[in-house]
Amino acid sequence: MSEHHHKETFVTKYMFSQDHKMISKQFLITGIFMGIIGVFMSMLFRLQLAWPEKSFTIIEAFLGTHQTDGVMNPDIYLALVTIHGTIMVFFVLTAGLSGTFSNLLIPLQIGARDMASGFLNMISYWLFFISSVIMVISLFVEAGPASAGWTIYPPLSALPQAIPGSGLGMTLWLVSMAIFIASSLIGSLNYIVTIFNLRTKGMKMTRLPLTMWAFFITAVIGVVSFPVLLSAALLLIMDRSFGTSFFLSDIFISGEVLHYQGGSPVLFEHLFWFLGHPEVYIVLLPALGITSEIIATNSRKPIFGYRAMIGSIIAIAFLSTIVWGHHMFISGMNPFLGSVFTFTTLLIAIPSAVKAFNYITTLWKGNLQLNPAMLFSIGLVSTFVTGGLTGLVLGDSALDINVHDTYFVVAHFHLVMGVSAILGMFAGVYHWFPKMYGKMMNKTMGYWHFWLTMIAAYGVFFPMHFIGLAGLPRRYYTNTNFPMFDDVADINVVITIFAIIGGLSQLIFLANFFISIFRGQKTVQNPWRSNTLEWTTPIEHIHGNWPGRIPEVHRWPYDYSKVDANGDYIHGEDFVLQTTPLKDGEDPS
Amino acid sequence: MLALFYIFIAVAIGVSVWQITRILNLRSVIANDNDNNTQGKLFLVFMAGLYAMMIYCLIFMNVIMLPESASFEGEHDDNLFNITFILIGVVQFIMQFLIFYFPYKYRGKKENKALFFADSHKLEAIWTITPAVVLVVLIGYGLWQWNNIMDLSDAEDPIVIEVYAKQFQWEARYAGEDNTLGRGNVNFIKGINTMGVDMGDLNAHDDKKVTEIHLQKGRKVIFKFRSQDVLHSAYMPHFRAQMNCVPGMVTQFGFTPKFTTEEMRQQSEVVEKTLGINKIRQEKGEDLYEFDYILLCNKICGASHYGMQMKIVVEEKEAYEKWISEQPTLAEVIK
Repeated sequence: MSEHHHKETFVTKYMFSQDHKMISKQFLITGIFMGIIGVFMSMLFRLQLAWPEKSFTIIEAFLGTHQTDGVMNPDIYLALVTIHGTIMVFFVLTAGLSGTFSNLLIPLQIGARDMASGFLNMISYWLFFISSVIMVISLFVEAGPASAGWTIYPPLSALPQAIPGSGLGMTLWLVSMAIFIASSLIGSLNYIVTIFNLRTKGMKMTRLPLTMWAFFITAVIGVVSFPVLLSAALLLIMDRSFGTSFFLSDIFISGEVLHYQGGSPVLFEHLFWFLGHPEVYIVLLPALGITSEIIATNSRKPIFGYRAMIGSIIAIAFLSTIVWGHHMFISGMNPFLGSVFTFTTLLIAIPSAVKAFNYITTLWKGNLQLNPAMLFSIGLVSTFVTGGLTGLVLGDSALDINVHDTYFVVAHFHLVMGVSAILGMFAGVYHWFPKMYGKMMNKTMGYWHFWLTMIAAYGVFFPMHFIGLAGLPRRYYTNTNFPMFDDVADINVVITIFAIIGGLSQLIFLANFFISIFRGQKTVQNPWRSNTLEWTTPIEHIHGNWPGRIPEVHRWPYDYSKVDANGDYIHGEDFVLQTTPLKDGEDPS
Repeated sequence: MLALFYIFIAVAIGVSVWQITRILNLRSVIANDNDNNTQGKLFLVFMAGLYAMMIYCLIFMNVIMLPESASFEGEHDDNLFNITFILIGVVQFIMQFLIFYFPYKYRGKKENKALFFADSHKLEAIWTITPAVVLVVLIGYGLWQWNNIMDLSDAEDPIVIEVYAKQFQWEARYAGEDNTLGRGNVNFIKGINTMGVDMGDLNAHDDKKVTEIHLQKGRKVIFKFRSQDVLHSAYMPHFRAQMNCVPGMVTQFGFTPKFTTEEMRQQSEVVEKTLGINKIRQEKGEDLYEFDYILLCNKICGASHYGMQMKIVVEEKEAYEKWISEQPTLAEVIK
């Protein structure tokens, strides 16, 4: 490996590293930092929702000029909701999740020395970092950060007269997102090229771990859909700053008629959701991929229906690009289009159901090792099912009319893509922490973290469905203007208490994470007794991943508990590394 | 100053956690049979709790939910919703049982061996085809109903009302004798002509601008929505009706009211919900609430989004006709 060995300074090792393992850590730490901001914001606005007129010193301390005597102002409430959504969806669950694990695992699991382009990989992280910094800076703009909802529908997002956050705050939001998209595209292209070209000998596409399939397809969806959001953002910038009328028309505001003619906000909705919906799967598929791997490993069983799992990932990915209109049933678009989107949307239930059933069948008759990562994966399947099922209500245009933009939607998407994806991310961290840091995380804290998180997740989002069915719109600063919603006030208090429990229990994770980096138990090479290639690399990170030759792959990754005719393990253990050649007469499963 | 205080507390918590971990056994990192046993049982406990909560919500939160549809078109929505909800309820109860029971039942033990079971085309076919068949039914009914609601071409003698949205209030205009709305555009907004009606259009002269919406029981109403500034959404939850108001374009939605406001107030679900609300309001010393249909804004539209509302009254034919005849026409108001 001498040709790879060059002198590293602090800057090249920890900052401008081109090593995928270091870049993945950078993504993770940045993602965690952004996650803390995003979750903290949700705590603040949950306080407001539960106790609308009450004064809180924490609000007074953090919201500065945006509060009056410890009660937040209505426009900052909207800003908090907006930035919470933006940060969680893009910065935590897209970059934090996909960026971390795609970078860490793709070269390790396919048997490559690094990403196809280490340089672009580094650029991808630093663009993400810059966009994070800009997003954080936008929080300190005097008029407040972007406040038009994370979907930034114009004209609200285009006109500072309409809401203060649509001034400089919105400009920074757009700039940040444009850079973010560039980062995401560079990353995705790199992932795709790497998986296509750098697989080691014997690593056929049909021998890839499901994590690889999930990351691969995720990257493809990203490349297909993110550019459309970029164009939407650019056109919106033009409307805002250069007087064009792509999305604006016939507007009278602050006592004057604006010059915009002939644009349509509905066009923006199409462009936004052309990314916005696939984005759900960009967030979710990596989590499902991680879960597939962890459930198989910890069940000591092959994942059930490997090919069906790949098929369903591809089907979900394909369908995800032709369903965006279900966010727009009542946008004023042609009702016939609504019919088409209802049809395609409900079809997604089929591959999703296949995945859920396959997970459950994988658990069946397993020998389950209930490690924290495994608990989080099982939790993911649970919330994925709970949240996914209500999609049958929302995807049906006729039913969507009455629950659209109510808390029913909030409950649905938080469970199915928010909570599920974050559980998947935690699962991944617990599982691959030894690979990242050479240390193990503490399992007792992991258990506490899991159970408190699960209790909080269901405590927050299950009752929320019913508030939605009471007709309560989301993004209301308070419901006190509507006596008909007085009876949901108590439920809002309960939800907030669970939200605070959920938020605080993440401190357990943070403590476990950072303490384990420094003080954790040293890991062994293959702590979970897993089959995949990443566990054949040395514990200490080296450039190029494997000393000497890259191992050759001889089998698929799920030969757990494979037995011969006598019922004994063929290779003497309940796992068989992918690098183990087939024995004479062994059936290549 | 306070922020510093919080930072201090955070640091203190951090330090104490750090100290606690010295006591915790950091060596315990991989689940052993004991852990599998404990965690497996915890899954059962969690499942029991989850089921208790789901059942509690299903029973006791019924009262806060919207009452039966107050429009004829919405009946099928309620029907379809009930079918879907029962279906997903059943699936939810079964799936969650399997998800949480299996980790208990198959919790790892040293002496156990997992079953090598990688594939079964039969099983996979079952759980591909079953959802597909169920979905065909749901999609079929849903699309039929969607068409039913959205197709307004066959409405006979409907009331035509323009609903106009702006930050942060609703305005409404009836089409008048000729049942045709006069043209409108933001360029005509001036003085009391707040909806921007083109008074050069003869159809506009008999239009009537009102402050609350009255509807006639059993007579179809077609709403035409416009917005003055940003996106709004006209949400009338009791009628299962909602449509966005988009600047620069006219959107529409229609339904036929089924119960008058009075009838709705007598309806048992509404009575029960109103009682509950008034109990809360009495404790807080607020005025008592009486049921009214309502139009509220359901698309984020600015700081006071949470206050945008308009009252809707449904009444019998005579009362409606009396009310509408009392409203002045635009020609009378805007000279």
